[in-house]
Amino acid sequence: MNAIEAQLRKQPRLRFLHAVATTVILIIFFWSTSAIQFNKLTINGLEIAGNIVKGIINPDLDLLFNFTDKGVAYLLLETMAIALLGTIVGGLLAIPLAFLSASNIVPKPIAAVIRFMLIVIRTIPAVVYGLMFIRVTGQGPFAGVLTMSLTSIGMLSKLFADVIEDLDTSILESMESIGCTTFEKIRFGIIPQLTAMFLSIMIYRYDMNLRDAAILGLVAAGGIGAPLIFAMNSYRWSEAGSILIGLIVLILLIEYISSKIRAKLVQG
Amino acid sequence: MLNRLLRKSITLPNGRTVYEPRSFMPLYIAVALVLIYYSAKMTDFDFQLLVRRISEFFVILQNMVPPNWEYGSQLWQPLIATIKMSLFGSLLGAVCALPLAILAARNINKHAWLAALVKFFLSLLRTLPTLVVALIATFIFGLGTMAGTVAIFIFSVAYVGKLLYEQIENAEMGAYEAMHAMGMSTLQSFRYAIFPQVLPNYLSTSLFCFEGNVRYASILGYVGAGGIGLLLNESLGWRNYANVGMILLLLVITVYIIESISAYFRKKLS
Repeated sequence: MNAIEAQLRKQPRLRFLHAVATTVILIIFFWSTSAIQFNKLTINGLEIAGNIVKGIINPDLDLLFNFTDKGVAYLLLETMAIALLGTIVGGLLAIPLAFLSASNIVPKPIAAVIRFMLIVIRTIPAVVYGLMFIRVTGQGPFAGVLTMSLTSIGMLSKLFADVIEDLDTSILESMESIGCTTFEKIRFGIIPQLTAMFLSIMIYRYDMNLRDAAILGLVAAGGIGAPLIFAMNSYRWSEAGSILIGLIVLILLIEYISSKIRAKLVQG
Repeated sequence: MLNRLLRKSITLPNGRTVYEPRSFMPLYIAVALVLIYYSAKMTDFDFQLLVRRISEFFVILQNMVPPNWEYGSQLWQPLIATIKMSLFGSLLGAVCALPLAILAARNINKHAWLAALVKFFLSLLRTLPTLVVALIATFIFGLGTMAGTVAIFIFSVAYVGKLLYEQIENAEMGAYEAMHAMGMSTLQSFRYAIFPQVLPNYLSTSLFCFEGNVRYASILGYVGAGGIGLLLNESLGWRNYANVGMILLLLVITVYIIESISAYFRKKLS
């Protein structure tokens, strides 16, 4: 028996484990197939699909290049503004929560409680927040901003907390040993380590918020969602097409720019 | 003059002058502040209004407690439908993402145009808001879980596909090239050299995607795509906030359990 064969024999036998995992996944898979029904396939479903494609290929150009406050450009700008403010407010709220949920800063039980709270905040669907904020501010983009900021908190503080837990404490120790004050330690030891990562995470969330902004349309909280859903529900596909094209181009553009900025931020 | 602005000169003790490039941070902050100012103007951001009327926010919350416990018994079926929907969509999506990711990875697929095309297709799928996809799916497949499943499937393909091809492109190529040199086909070498490297991350990404989808599935009901969101929409419409409280409580518990299970497996995988 040569060395290669010996190495081969040393390999752990995972066949049983794999078999169990495969069986479990297959069982779950077949259990969940009941979510699929084709019987409700509306008879004119294919026709509608055709209409949608036609609408997107022949967008309503007047709407797409209309620069008044009814046009796609203005709606996109408003959506961007909502997402920007939502991300910033959410980020500001997330910072204290992130410190409170980082297990190297606070005792474990407190961190666990805050983490559970964050799961609760994250799980409540945006529409519910939207309705709550509309009571506060009335319909309009301001409610959208507040909704976005609340829905952003969950993910932002989770990711912020991960960064805080990865802090390089040896820097703080060496600063302590040369006699820095607590303020100096925070200013020159902690903040420079965190800002780049925090910014990168917030830009990532901005991307996501832009994509999720369509949800706000369900509760009339501003942005491009409402006109889009309205156009779709009344089968005005060319209008929906022009809004969708605008949205997709904007998201692709922002994604390209933000990935460039984030790569620069992370590399330093 | 411009030189002065861009660099700060420091004269060292030995008489030499070195230049420190100036930080652009003040400029960035100024731009950010201008953007924030105009965004606030555009969205009618009004801090005073918020402070004055924030108590209204808690009115609905107060009405949610205590939740309507009796309503819970009616919720099991839609809740399970929601889980099934996200399970099926995520599983099938993750499986379908694999071939697409292989096609999109530049180091496996040598046809640059095809790889670029698949990449563009994936990012196009990802930009479509899931809610819009669900709405379109309800027009085609009728109201019900099928529409939600399709929306979740499309999102999962795009999400897992993108993360997977990035991982394949960053994989260690030595073993792959050796296998190629020995005369194995591209797919065989991928199966034995690259796949074991990306497998843990692939599974972990898929689990993470499933987690997010359970949460997302609850919104999809809002456009008639089945599951518990349908009931949520109904209860919100009737302003029956005790029922809403019950739905949210059940959702939070379910998501918490699923997240804990998936976090356990993801930790094991890494």
